[in-house]
Amino acid sequence: MVKKIRVLVAKPGLDGHDRGAKIVARALRDAGMEVVYTGLHQTAEQIVNTAIQEDVDVVGLSLLSGAHMTLFIDVALLLKEKQMDDVLVVGGGIIPQEDIPGLKKAGISEVFGPGTPVEDIVSYIKKNVKR
Amino acid sequence: MNNLSTKVIAGDPRSIARLITLVENDEPEAVEVMQQIHRYTGQAQIIGVTGVMGSGKSSLIFELALAYRAEGKKVGIIAIDPTSPFSGGALLGDRIRMTDLSTDSGVFIRSMGTRGMMGGLTSSLYDVVEILDAAGMNVILIETVGVGQDEVDIVKIADTTLVVLIPGLGDSVQTIKAGLMEIADIFVVNKADKPGVEQTIAELESMLDLVGHTEYRTPIVATSVKEKKGIQLLISKIAEHQEYLKKSKTFDTRRRQRYEAELIEIIRKRLMSFIFDEKKLKKTVDCCIDRISKKELDPYTAADEILGKILK
Amino acid sequence: MVEKETIKNIREKRADWEKQKYSKAIQENPERKPKFKNLSDIEIKNLYTPVDIADLRYLKDVGFPGEEPFLRGVHPNLYRGRLWTMRQFAGFGSAEETNKRYHYLLEHGETGLSVAFDYPTLYGYDTDHPLARGEFGKCGVAISSLRDMEFLFHGIPLDKITTSMTINGPAAIVWAMYIANAENQGIKKDTIGGTIQNDILKEYIAQKSYIFPPEPSMRLIVDTFEYGFKNVPKWNTISISGYHIREAGSTAVQELAFTLGDGIEYVKAAMERGLSIDDFAPRLSFFFNAHNDFFEEIAKYRAARKIWAQEMKKLGAKKPRSLWMRFHTQTAGCSLTAQQPEMNIVRVTMQALAAVLGGTQSLHTNSMDEALALPSEKAVRIALRTQQIIAEESGVTDTVDPLGGSYYIEWLTSKMEEETYKYFDKVERLGGVIPAIEKGFFQREIAESAYRYQKETDENKRIIVGVNRYKLDEETSIPILKMDEKGEERQINRLKKLRTERDAIKVQKYLQRLRKAAEGDENLMPFILDCIHSYATLGETCDVLREVFGEYKEQAIY
Repeated sequence: MVKKIRVLVAKPGLDGHDRGAKIVARALRDAGMEVVYTGLHQTAEQIVNTAIQEDVDVVGLSLLSGAHMTLFIDVALLLKEKQMDDVLVVGGGIIPQEDIPGLKKAGISEVFGPGTPVEDIVSYIKKNVKR
Repeated sequence: MNNLSTKVIAGDPRSIARLITLVENDEPEAVEVMQQIHRYTGQAQIIGVTGVMGSGKSSLIFELALAYRAEGKKVGIIAIDPTSPFSGGALLGDRIRMTDLSTDSGVFIRSMGTRGMMGGLTSSLYDVVEILDAAGMNVILIETVGVGQDEVDIVKIADTTLVVLIPGLGDSVQTIKAGLMEIADIFVVNKADKPGVEQTIAELESMLDLVGHTEYRTPIVATSVKEKKGIQLLISKIAEHQEYLKKSKTFDTRRRQRYEAELIEIIRKRLMSFIFDEKKLKKTVDCCIDRISKKELDPYTAADEILGKILK
Repeated sequence: MVEKETIKNIREKRADWEKQKYSKAIQENPERKPKFKNLSDIEIKNLYTPVDIADLRYLKDVGFPGEEPFLRGVHPNLYRGRLWTMRQFAGFGSAEETNKRYHYLLEHGETGLSVAFDYPTLYGYDTDHPLARGEFGKCGVAISSLRDMEFLFHGIPLDKITTSMTINGPAAIVWAMYIANAENQGIKKDTIGGTIQNDILKEYIAQKSYIFPPEPSMRLIVDTFEYGFKNVPKWNTISISGYHIREAGSTAVQELAFTLGDGIEYVKAAMERGLSIDDFAPRLSFFFNAHNDFFEEIAKYRAARKIWAQEMKKLGAKKPRSLWMRFHTQTAGCSLTAQQPEMNIVRVTMQALAAVLGGTQSLHTNSMDEALALPSEKAVRIALRTQQIIAEESGVTDTVDPLGGSYYIEWLTSKMEEETYKYFDKVERLGGVIPAIEKGFFQREIAESAYRYQKETDENKRIIVGVNRYKLDEETSIPILKMDEKGEERQINRLKKLRTERDAIKVQKYLQRLRKAAEGDENLMPFILDCIHSYATLGETCDVLREVFGEYKEQAIY
C-alpha cells in the first residue's frame, strides 16, 4: 500500500483571503497528497485538534492579514504542547522577511511568500516530511 | 495487550488517529492491534449517509452529531471523498461544515479518500469502524462519496442507511439509479426549505407503493438545516429502525453480512499484496501479462497458473 | 461605422496583406507565442480593422458621453471639468494613527477619503473579543464604537469631503457611526457624502467578510437604500464590487459579468420591497479592478457602462441618472510582487492609466510595498503622485474617451459585452444569483481561473517580471510600515472606559428595541442609529443581529 502524505491546510483567525490556500490545496492533491481543508476562521485549538484526529504529516497555515506572529505561533506552541513534534509546520501569505526568523524559531519550518511557485511547496514537503 | 490497543480502547484521540493511519496504509503493526480490539466492538450504532453531490450530507451529519451529543452520546464521523485516479491525491473538505465540532472531546472526525476503491467506500473502512467502535463511540456516522449511482456498498457496513435527496432534483425520483433507492432504510429529503418538497415526497411514496414492503416501509423525513427542522424526527426514525432490526433479527443477519464483507476484504487485500509483491509473485504475474499481450496465453489460463502457485 | 463597399474592399485587401506582407514578416520574426490570448482567454488578433467593427453604428452603438448607450462615459466633459477623485484606501492600528495618515494624504493632494478597517471590525467584533486576538489594526483601523469614529475623523470637515468605507457585513452599523459622528459635529445628514461598500453578494463568493446569511443581509442592504435616498441623499449606499472577485482569481469577463449580475440582483431586491427604481438607482455605485492587460481593462469599463444602462432600462428606469454606471477603481493588489517591489510603481502606473482611459470617477493606486505590508508614508506618497502625474502631465485628460473609435478597443468592448451576456444566461438557468451562489457556481468559476493563472505562471507561459524571469539573486529590503505597539492596549482601555461612562440602561433599551425590530420587518437604520448614539459598541450591536439572523457558514469550493 502506498503511503500518502496527509496535509492540513488551515486559515487561522479572521482573514478571508483564501485564493492561495485553495490553490495550494489543489496543487498538493495533484501531487498525490491527501489534503484536509478546514475553511476559514479556525482557532489554534480547532487547527491542532483537527491535526490530531486527521493524523497529518504537515500543517500548512495561510495568512494575509498581518496577524501571523500571534496566530502562527499560537498553533506552533499548541502543537508542541500536544507533543506533535513529528508534524512539519509551514506557512504562507503576506509575511515580511524580518518576521521569518521569529516564526522559524517558534517551529514554523519554512515560510512561502508571494510569488512562490507551487512546485517549490510540493517538493519542500516531499523532502522534509518527518515520517 | 499492546500499548496502542490500550490507548485506543481508552479513547485517546492521538492513538485512534494513529491506528487509522496504520490500517489505511496496510502497515503490519496494525494487525496485532486490530486483533486485540475486536472484542471491544459491537456496541456502536452505525449510520451510513449517502446521496448525490449537493444534497447537504455534511451539514445534515453535523446536525445529527449535535443532536446525539445532546443525548450524551459519543459520536464518530467518517467523511469520505474521492481520491483522484490520476494523481492519487484527494481534497478532503467535508470538515468545513463541522468546524464547531472540532473541539468537542466527545466527537472524533476523520476524513478519508477512497484510494481507488469503487462503490463509494474505502477499503479500510471496516477497520476504521471497528476502531471507532472499540474506542467508545456510541454512534458512527459515515458520509460517503456523493457521485450518485454507484455507492451501494455502504449497505454492507451500516446498520441504518440514509439516502439523502433534495427537492426538485432536476429530474424526478425515477431517474435515480435503482441501486441507490433500494438501499435506503430512511429517505431524507434535505433542504426542505426549497420548493418541490411535496412532489419529491409523493414520488418517493408511489415508488415505495410499487415495491410493496410488508414488514418495514421505508420512512421519508423532510429536513432543513437552515430552518433547523426535521432533525429530531430523523433521530427518532433512526431509533425506530434500530428497534425494528433488533426485533426482526435482521440486525444479526446484517451484522453477519458485515463481518463477511470485512473478512472478504481482508482476504482480498492480502491476496492482492501477495500477488503483486516483488518478493512473491509479481514476477510471475508480470510475465503472464506479457504473454497475454503477445497472445501466447489467455487470461483464464494465467489465472489458473497464479492461483495454482498460491494454493500450493 | 464605415460603408459596406469599403468594408468589402478592406476585407479583401486585408486578406492580401495577410498572405503576402504578413506571412513574409513572420518568417523573419516568428510569433512569440502560438496564440495570443488575453487574461480572459479571449484570442487577440494581429491587427484590427474597420472590418472587425463593421456592424457597429456610431450613433446607436457608441454615441456621446452623457447619453445612451453611455459607452463613452456618463459625464459629457469628464476630466475636462473635474478630475477623478484621488481616494487612497487607508487604515491601520488605532483611530488616532489612521487620522494622522488621513491628514498626511490630504496635505499631499488626495481629494477623497477611504477607510480600511481591521478584521475584527469587518466581522463586527470589538477589539477585546477573543476572536480579535492578534488581529487588532493589522490590515485596517480598529473601530469599535462611535468614540473611535470621533478620533478617526478628528479635524476633518465632513461636510467638505466625501468618505468611502470598505465595510460589508456590519456596513449599516458603521455607516450609522459615521452619520452620528457628523451629526454630533453639527453637520446635517443631508449634506454628507460618501460611499459604503455594503455589497454582501460578492462577500459570499470572493472577499468572505460576511456575517449573516443572504436573506437577512439583503434586507439590511435594502434598508440602507431606503434610508439613504430619504435621509442621506448624497450618499452612495452601495459600491457594487468586482475588485475582490478579480483578486480572488477571476478573469476580466467574469469580473464584469458577476459584478453587474450582483447589481441587478440588488435592484430587483429593492424593487421587490416596493421601492421605486428611479429613487435609489442614482445612488448605486460600482468598484472595479484595474489589472494588467491594459486594453482589456479599458474595454471592460466601457462595456460595463453600456450593459448597466441597458439592464436598468429593462428593469424600468426612466430617469437618466438611474442609468449611470459610476465607478471607483483600485489597481490590482494581486499583481504586485514582493520581489523587486519598486517595479510595482511601474505596474500601478499602467493600471491607473487604464482606469483613467476607461473614465473612472474615483481612483486608488496601490503602493509598491503592499506585497510585504501596509503602505509606508513614502510609498503611499509615490502612489498618489502617480495619479497626479497622469492628471497633470500626460495629456490624457484633455479629451473624453480618447480610445473611442480604436478598432481594437471597440471590437474588444463588444466582445466583452457578448461574453457577459453568456454568463447572465448561465446564471439565469441556475435560478438566479443567490441560487447560483448556493450551488457554488461563481466560486467554482473563480477557483478554476485562479488555478489556471497559477499554472500558467508556474509553467512560465505567463511571465511575471522579477518572479519567473529577470530575477535578482539578492533582494534588497525596503523599509516597511511600523505600527504603534501600544495601540491595542489603548483601544482596549478606551473600550473599558466607554462601557463605564455611558448610560448602560439606555444602551440596553436601544439594543432590545433593535432586536425586536430585526425580528420584524421595519427599516433597521433608525434603531441602529439610536444604539450607536448611546455608545453601544459595534460588537454589541452586531451580536443582537447575529442572534436574530444567524451566522453564515460557507461550503468548500476549490
